[in-house]
Amino acid sequence: MKNSRVRRLKDAHPATVLFKGVRVVDPANNLDQEMDVLVEDGVFKEISPRIDIPDPCNLKVIKADGLWLLPGLVDMHVHLREPGEEYKETIETGTQAAVAGGIVAVASMPNTKPVNDNPAVTKYILDRAKEIGSCTVLPVAAITVGLAGETMTEMAALIEAGAVAFSDDGKSVRSSQVMRRALEYASIFDVPVICHCEDPDLSRNGVMNEGVMSVKLGIRGIPRIAEEIVVARDIILAEYTGARIHIAHVSTEKSVSLIREAKKRGVKVTAETAPHYFSLTEEILETYDSRFKVNPPLRTQSDVEAIIQGLADGTIDVIATDHAPHSPIEKDIEIDFAAFGMVGLETSLAVSLGLVRSGVLTPAELVKKMSQNPADILGIPYRGICKEEEASFIVVDPNAEWIVDSTEFYSKGVNCPFEGKKLVGRVELTVCRGKIVFGRGEYQWLVE
Amino acid sequence: MIYARKDILGIEELTKEEIEHILDLASSLKEINERSIKKVPTLRGKTVIHLFYEPSTRTKMSFDIAAKRLSADTYSISVSTSSVVKGETFLDTVKNLEAMKPDIFVIRHSVSGVPHRIARYTKASVINAGDGSHEHPTQALLDMLTIREHKGTFDGLHVLIVGDILHSRVARSNIWGLSKLGAHVTLCGPPTLVPKELESIANVKVLYNLMEILPDADVLMVLRLQRERQKQSFLPSLREYSVLYGITNEKLKKAKPDLLIMHPGPINRGIELAPDVADGPRSVILEQVTNGVAVRMAVLYVLAQRNLP
Repeated sequence: MKNSRVRRLKDAHPATVLFKGVRVVDPANNLDQEMDVLVEDGVFKEISPRIDIPDPCNLKVIKADGLWLLPGLVDMHVHLREPGEEYKETIETGTQAAVAGGIVAVASMPNTKPVNDNPAVTKYILDRAKEIGSCTVLPVAAITVGLAGETMTEMAALIEAGAVAFSDDGKSVRSSQVMRRALEYASIFDVPVICHCEDPDLSRNGVMNEGVMSVKLGIRGIPRIAEEIVVARDIILAEYTGARIHIAHVSTEKSVSLIREAKKRGVKVTAETAPHYFSLTEEILETYDSRFKVNPPLRTQSDVEAIIQGLADGTIDVIATDHAPHSPIEKDIEIDFAAFGMVGLETSLAVSLGLVRSGVLTPAELVKKMSQNPADILGIPYRGICKEEEASFIVVDPNAEWIVDSTEFYSKGVNCPFEGKKLVGRVELTVCRGKIVFGRGEYQWLVE
Repeated sequence: MIYARKDILGIEELTKEEIEHILDLASSLKEINERSIKKVPTLRGKTVIHLFYEPSTRTKMSFDIAAKRLSADTYSISVSTSSVVKGETFLDTVKNLEAMKPDIFVIRHSVSGVPHRIARYTKASVINAGDGSHEHPTQALLDMLTIREHKGTFDGLHVLIVGDILHSRVARSNIWGLSKLGAHVTLCGPPTLVPKELESIANVKVLYNLMEILPDADVLMVLRLQRERQKQSFLPSLREYSVLYGITNEKLKKAKPDLLIMHPGPINRGIELAPDVADGPRSVILEQVTNGVAVRMAVLYVLAQRNLP
């Protein structure tokens, strides 16, 4: 029995709540202080050091000492698996997992079955999200038809249908010529092209990072250069065409420095990493557990340190999950045959809060990387915690300790690399577009 | 009890004492194989299942003979004769076999780590009979027994392993075992097949020029070269491999007279090993096979001993 409650967006009630003494962290509005926050009918009515309501009869008042109130998180890299692989995840379960992790908008990657390479699939995703979703879904459409790397998709039609970005995530666009044309063409619309950087010849049949551990364990390696060569190529293409690119799931030291140098030169490049790339290393594969098989693979301590440095100095703009749910059918088999991917929606904030505790990021910087920056990159209107705006926010207990138990997840995916680990920091309440969609523990009743 | 583990999964985790204990035991069990009635009752009533997901003649036969000479009941399942071909997962297969209460699983699989995952699941003992490119502990044990019989000691002994180290579980198990016993190990082959990383995880040296090192070697372990490595662009041709790394009597002129030549089999005659070398006076390849039975008897014995009355 879960100690939390979740609702579909369309069935959820507008929030009417007064938070007393909550720490509001919102870099978009230059806020990081204890405040009282009044939300009425899903709209921020007042944000000030002290709000006194003489007769709060219809108002829920929450004494929020020690809690943080943050803008709702935006996860720009999620696999919802619907349509086509509903046994792994659905738009319903995926968005439930999102709001349980404090995420109010997810960008869904196009490698569904069928591929999101035409407006009918984009519309289907948006219709399903409206019907059964608990948060906003932002479809990312394919760069090439069928993710085959050959023919460009009809980008104008896809954007018209609701696509916010383009990506062949799961593989690189192999042909430099096709990638160049796609970047040139996408710049008509000022939407980002999200690059999955992987040279398939260098990574072929690989299972884990190539290096000391792969040699020791006798597991085929995926070398760092498979990622770095394509990061370099896509940066050069972006520089040449003047187009805007976003590098997905950065995992190596050299990728970070390539992006850092490109930014210095003024190339229009942004980048993301995922919590597992700054918290786990290849040693964890020692048990041959395919939960830890992910693409790009978990690297080494020096890569982890470089990723953390890249987050600290702003080279890496975004923390996204690359939430990739699988069932035991794909995972509980020989490691060579197991699918790549990890779930992350319900653990990403807690793992990322580690960066705040270790002093790498301030709370405001973390919020930027998990909320404002991804929204800006995707071109989504973003107001943050601002008077008279529709309220999308979360309440977090930054000190709550909990043990990860994937049987408690809303996600159908069981492939969580943090299973059994103690994490610190937990989402207590999620309000998406004014509606209370998630509450945990003593806040469950707010969802009713 | 010197060997108290449930399983034998790899040489990496074994101590020097455990390895020597198994070798001593194998030496004493060897004599059984020379008797006219080659059977002792030690493992009577024990059930040994050979679960082979990869073709093998010699290893499977060697385990089977070893188990039968100790009076265990043995059963073999290979890919072609089980539900494996129907798409059952290995964990399901093991769960079913586990329900029939075996005492020991002998497992070979083309994917590294499978015996380890099975060992965590089952109450029975697991012997790794070769997993992917990872380990082949009984092969290394029989190699070490053969070396010990000829050289007496490992201290200061120079062992040269030549060939496709990258894909070789035999090499990995021997690297761990030989360095624990005090031998100096050098790995030689083309850089595409000999990962330099090994120098940072084991006490070994990596070299690419065979003739630079061959004259110093006391033991030469020649590995089998899989023909498909050429197609995977590890090598330009088998011919060129054989020119650079194939062991011929010509190259051996520079070697020590008492050099021991070993090969885990099966041999690609004329590629990694010239036929006259394989059959020559320095070759102990068939002694390795003989010792294989004794080593596997020893391994079955130490595991069964855990729950003998």
